[in-house]
Amino acid sequence: MRIQRPGPVAVVLALLVGVFLLLPLLAVVPISFTPGRLLTLPKGSLSLTHYRTLFENPDWLRSILLSARIGLFTSVLSTTLATSFALGIWMLQPRFSQLLVGFVLLPMIVPPVVSAMTLYFLLTGMSQMSHSIGFDSVVGVTLAHTVMTVPFAVVMVLVALAQLDRRIDLAARGMGASVAQRILHVILPNIAFGVATAALLVFVLSWEEIGVTLFITSVDAITLPRLMWMGLRDNVDPAIAAISVVLIVVTLLILLARMVFQRRPEFEEE
Amino acid sequence: MRSSSAFWPALALTAPLVLFLAFAYALPFFGVALWSVTLPEPGLGQYERLVGDPLVQSVFLRTFRICLIVTVIAVACAYAVTYVWVRGSRLQRRLIEICIFVPFWISLLTRAFGWLALLSTRGIVNSSLQALGLTDGPLALVRNEPSVIAGMVHVLIPFAVLPLASAMRTVDERMLLAARGMGASRLRIFWSVFVPLTLPGVIGATLIVFVFSLGFFVTPAILGGGRSIMVAELVYLRMFQSPDWGLGAAISVALVVIVAALMGLLARFARLGLTGGGR
Repeated sequence: MRIQRPGPVAVVLALLVGVFLLLPLLAVVPISFTPGRLLTLPKGSLSLTHYRTLFENPDWLRSILLSARIGLFTSVLSTTLATSFALGIWMLQPRFSQLLVGFVLLPMIVPPVVSAMTLYFLLTGMSQMSHSIGFDSVVGVTLAHTVMTVPFAVVMVLVALAQLDRRIDLAARGMGASVAQRILHVILPNIAFGVATAALLVFVLSWEEIGVTLFITSVDAITLPRLMWMGLRDNVDPAIAAISVVLIVVTLLILLARMVFQRRPEFEEE
Repeated sequence: MRSSSAFWPALALTAPLVLFLAFAYALPFFGVALWSVTLPEPGLGQYERLVGDPLVQSVFLRTFRICLIVTVIAVACAYAVTYVWVRGSRLQRRLIEICIFVPFWISLLTRAFGWLALLSTRGIVNSSLQALGLTDGPLALVRNEPSVIAGMVHVLIPFAVLPLASAMRTVDERMLLAARGMGASRLRIFWSVFVPLTLPGVIGATLIVFVFSLGFFVTPAILGGGRSIMVAELVYLRMFQSPDWGLGAAISVALVVIVAALMGLLARFARLGLTGGGR
């Protein structure tokens, strides 16, 4: 029983902050229906011009597909590396596992601009071996995104493992299961939801990544955020409002789907 | 009870990621550090510029000032939101959850664009003010420091919520009950019992938000419009507009040192919170 409920002042303050948090997302919606070519509120008539641009302009379509592809590759690579690492840490638990976890979380803690510089160094070096794997290439961007997203995946999988009952694994071991059997038949099925969430999060993070992508792409690997950035910096293109609305809706749908799927395991436990 | 039989397989499982990051992240960082002492010529010249150059200094000072303001506002806002999120009614909790976590998943670019849509000269705020007859011409609401601060606070509030929430959830309900039993008013319970008990969370949130804000690039670059440049944008400009990789690298190394010092501080407070706070 909670004795101290928030008073009216606290509730009003919290709601004000809540409105502040939602405001820029809501502001995008009316702008996206403007018929004009400038960033204005629609006067009188609404128009879908800018939504049509998204499908008709090959630049938008190409970068959407590119971002989706990079997001998918990154998601698979990052989640696989993170899951394997987290399983090792969970089974290992020695003193220095803390050090290992600290090390792999570095890209999350180090300022993104420093990571960007670091990855720029890596990819320009790789470019000298072959142009298809380094700076401004799909492989290069995927590698960079994997570095940047893997700490988030590690955290997600470690959290899922922390909620797993160790006795299940002990029982399997007691009955003579090998390490591979324990992982494949006992541990992984129990943390599947956590791994799936990690994969989803990595996809979204890669799909939205801009800070590092700006440093490591120039003309070939124009991802969706990179294209949006160019439209935002020069003179603001209202097509960005349309793509923003699409992105917000897609994100909401993903979050909703996740909530629906999450329901089930909770019910099973209780 | 861990058997030694699982030691090697477990180590092998961690190896791919550790090796991947060693080669793709740690090693190149040393390359960047090397740039800082070799470009354009060997020596510590770039670090001398870091402390001597008035432009670099003014950018660092501006960055610290903006980040400090942003941190104070973001943590204060997050405290109000988290308080209601943790202790409010079911409906209040659901509403707050939407307000915090939906923006969290939306791209930085979309959010910066949202602020432009609100605040630019033809944006929603200006056109409504003019329609209401409150102002004659458009106000300059964007491409200045306050808009950068608003945009950064918006991004950072969710990061402050998580440490605050875990601190608020561990507050011992009996403490509050005891305070009320001794006749303390609601306000008194909040300020003299609840807030001090959540102080470790406040310190943690402050450090995390400050560290994250230091490296901000996208939001200040779009909302600041090139006028109030922060450190991260300076690195970008030095890399791609006036190629001066040595200085960019030196700034990167300096940022890492600052962040490492702050994280060390955070680790110390976290330990204090674990042993001293709580109960």
